[in-house]
Amino acid sequence: MSPPDRLPGRPPWVLLVPALAGLAFLVLPLIGLLVRAPWSTLGTRLVQGQVLDALRLSLITATLATCLCLVLGVPLAWTLARVRFPGVRIVRALVTVPLVLPPVVGGVALLLVLGRRGLIGGWLDGTFGITFPFTTAGVVLAEAFVAMPFLVISVEGALRAADLRYEEAAATLGAGRWTIFRRVTLPLVAPGVAAGAILCWARALGEFGATITFAGNFPGRTQTMPLAVYLALETDPQAAIVLSIVMLAVSVVVLAALRDRWVGNT
Amino acid sequence: MSDAGGLDARLVVRRAAFDLDLALTAAPGEVVALLGPNGAGKSTALRALAGLVPMAGGHVRVDGDDLRPLPPDRRGIGMVFQDYLLFPHLSVLENVAFGPRCQGAGRRAARRAAAEWLERVGIAEYASARPRALSGGQAQRVALARALAVDPGLLLLDEPLAALDAHTKLEIRAALRRHLAGFAGAAVLVTHDPLDAMVLADRIVVIEHGRLVQDGTPADVARRPRTDYVARLVGLNLYRGRAEAGIVTIGDGAATLDSVDSLEGEVFLAFAPSSVALYRTRPDGSPRNLWRARVAAIERHGDRVRVRLAGPPFDAVADVTPASVAELQLSEGSPIWAAVKATETHVYPA
Amino acid sequence: MFKRTAVTVTLLLAALAGCGDVDDGPSGAGKGEDGGGKTLTVFAAASLTETFTSLGKTFESAHPGVKVRFNFGGSSTLAQQITQGAPADVFASASPATMKTVTDAGDASGQPQVFTKNRLVIAIPEDNPGKVAKVSDLSRPGLKVVLCAVQVPCGAAAKTALGAAGVEVEPVSREKDVKAVLTKVTLGEADAGLVYRTDAKAAGGKVTGIEFPEAAKAINDYPIAEVAKAPQSALAKEFIQLVRGAQGKAALGRAGFEAP
Repeated sequence: MSPPDRLPGRPPWVLLVPALAGLAFLVLPLIGLLVRAPWSTLGTRLVQGQVLDALRLSLITATLATCLCLVLGVPLAWTLARVRFPGVRIVRALVTVPLVLPPVVGGVALLLVLGRRGLIGGWLDGTFGITFPFTTAGVVLAEAFVAMPFLVISVEGALRAADLRYEEAAATLGAGRWTIFRRVTLPLVAPGVAAGAILCWARALGEFGATITFAGNFPGRTQTMPLAVYLALETDPQAAIVLSIVMLAVSVVVLAALRDRWVGNT
Repeated sequence: MSDAGGLDARLVVRRAAFDLDLALTAAPGEVVALLGPNGAGKSTALRALAGLVPMAGGHVRVDGDDLRPLPPDRRGIGMVFQDYLLFPHLSVLENVAFGPRCQGAGRRAARRAAAEWLERVGIAEYASARPRALSGGQAQRVALARALAVDPGLLLLDEPLAALDAHTKLEIRAALRRHLAGFAGAAVLVTHDPLDAMVLADRIVVIEHGRLVQDGTPADVARRPRTDYVARLVGLNLYRGRAEAGIVTIGDGAATLDSVDSLEGEVFLAFAPSSVALYRTRPDGSPRNLWRARVAAIERHGDRVRVRLAGPPFDAVADVTPASVAELQLSEGSPIWAAVKATETHVYPA
Repeated sequence: MFKRTAVTVTLLLAALAGCGDVDDGPSGAGKGEDGGGKTLTVFAAASLTETFTSLGKTFESAHPGVKVRFNFGGSSTLAQQITQGAPADVFASASPATMKTVTDAGDASGQPQVFTKNRLVIAIPEDNPGKVAKVSDLSRPGLKVVLCAVQVPCGAAAKTALGAAGVEVEPVSREKDVKAVLTKVTLGEADAGLVYRTDAKAAGGKVTGIEFPEAAKAINDYPIAEVAKAPQSALAKEFIQLVRGAQGKAALGRAGFEAP
């Protein structure tokens, strides 16, 4: 499966011009941040404790949220792709709800279900004394809620595109359905899973509305980078720019490394 | 035929285009080739045996056990797929060890068994390679080793040589023949290439439109085709008619051909293209089976030239030398006289 | 030219983010192009939403043909939009500090006037699960208290008031604005929070507001000013008069604001 030979000649202008415009549209705001950055005081601002706290919390929660999405989302994607059941279209539409829901509304919805007085949260609090709002676990839940559709859609697409005959071959070799999933299906769609996980992680890292609504904002516990950026913007726009740049740099490094490793030309 | 062991199946599968209804048996050690045109139901039959398509009726007994209620993974059947379907994320060794692992063998035992099989099919040196790095022939051998490594009671091969180029095919066909000969269980092979079927199979089952149309040894099928499809495959002119006192009346009586066989009633009459002689003008001392035809097409076939003759009275194929094409000044559309000796025709009951 | 485009984009984004106007007025902000009628554009702090909307109706009926268009939002966001050139006529801020960023930028015409005041109260859910009755209860361990982040005005006010009361509070969350504090209390996630009296009042019966004397140390002044390049300068002055007049005072009082 080597890449196909490219067509000779230049790419057509009809594609090139909007492509460049699109790239500029995406990149110019970043350049805006870089131009306005207070480079001279960058160093001293960075070592302020809260920046590193927020960064560490963001990386940890985004990673945990991605893990949660993988554990729940991959089986969900498999079910959507492979199991025929009535109402599958509706379920597929429901999965994308967090994409269209304003994150703040998502946060309120989570409070209504998993909050101290929520449908499930009330029971969890009463029975086990577990509450999610104002905790790091709450941040993970909020991020996972918003980010999971990215994983599910990506993995479902990969599963649909996968060649089912490999699974048939595995079945004739004596593999049961779980073995087939674990040893054949999953490795075959690994690039799709990786791409989905990366999207999911990136979305979780940038999550703001659902997080602050569901988990609140407390430094070191629930204050992630986007929350810190938002609050910094209230009083100290320069600090907000520094925080944004730090977050940008870290995510670009992580995403580039992961992309090459997992989604590169395998 | 195979009460004690081997395969005894009747496969009924409903398809959109047609219904497959096929009785199929194979004794232990016997290789049966399913031969038929595209869409005849060969692959469907194979997939039904493997449990990959649901059956509407019938049974699949291997060594006396009815496998029909069992899912594919519990049937103990080895299958070699058309494009081999080696798992791209596993090494060659892991591919072959996959089956034994699923059957409960330990990691080391499975790898040892796999290594033995790779040795046997002659590509032990590629054990750690990825399937992507293999040539078609090598991949075919790995696929065979993978299927045999589960120690199947029944081996299924779906067009095992179709993906190979002509040169590799010769070599792999000979190797496959050796391995099939060494396999103790029953084997069913699907192919659309009559030569593969002739070389590899002990018995050929021809199916068209989901039904069995001919069942016999390769020699029998080659000499006595019973449908136009088989006749074309084995390169014979085939006609159906009524025999009476050494004369075969073809079709609705439009033509007759003499033969030396003393059969009566419904018969097939076959003769080879090479036994047809062509003349520009009506020959003297006229042979008995002489007819006037029109040249429909002229094709090169190796060092021979195949001339398609159109009726009336009937269509036929003649093989001549390039020299005679020049001599006869043959061209598409030109009229011609054709003859075949009665001794060159072969008549058998329909 | 570029600046105009930037302003349009800013407004567009503001509208998309849900903090744009709630009115279905003409999109040509402040240009008054609709059939000779004029449009007055008022940027006001979110806590003024109900009061100003009703005052806007009053203003419209007193000035036939004039439409009042509001942009409610966080004071600092609004201030930023004005200094970036958004076409506003009147700016009513929830804090003198944010108003100062506008006057410092030379974008206010004349001296801003404090037209009303707001004070903090302790908001508790109606069933009061934390048994909160006075400000000193807020320091009780295990009590879930939410405050505004110190970066936003209500957070700064909370810090001052609690400092004056000598109460050490370890909140579970520092919310981004007072509405977020109110949401947490309304849904019962928090046992108590500090919000403005007007917010507690607006929440109806869902929360109870407990007054405490030290809140007087952190009274929040609301300044109002005409924007320097106001397209409807005359109307802007009249609107400010209405807000500062008897009708305005009455409406503000009903919402829980105090006279300046």
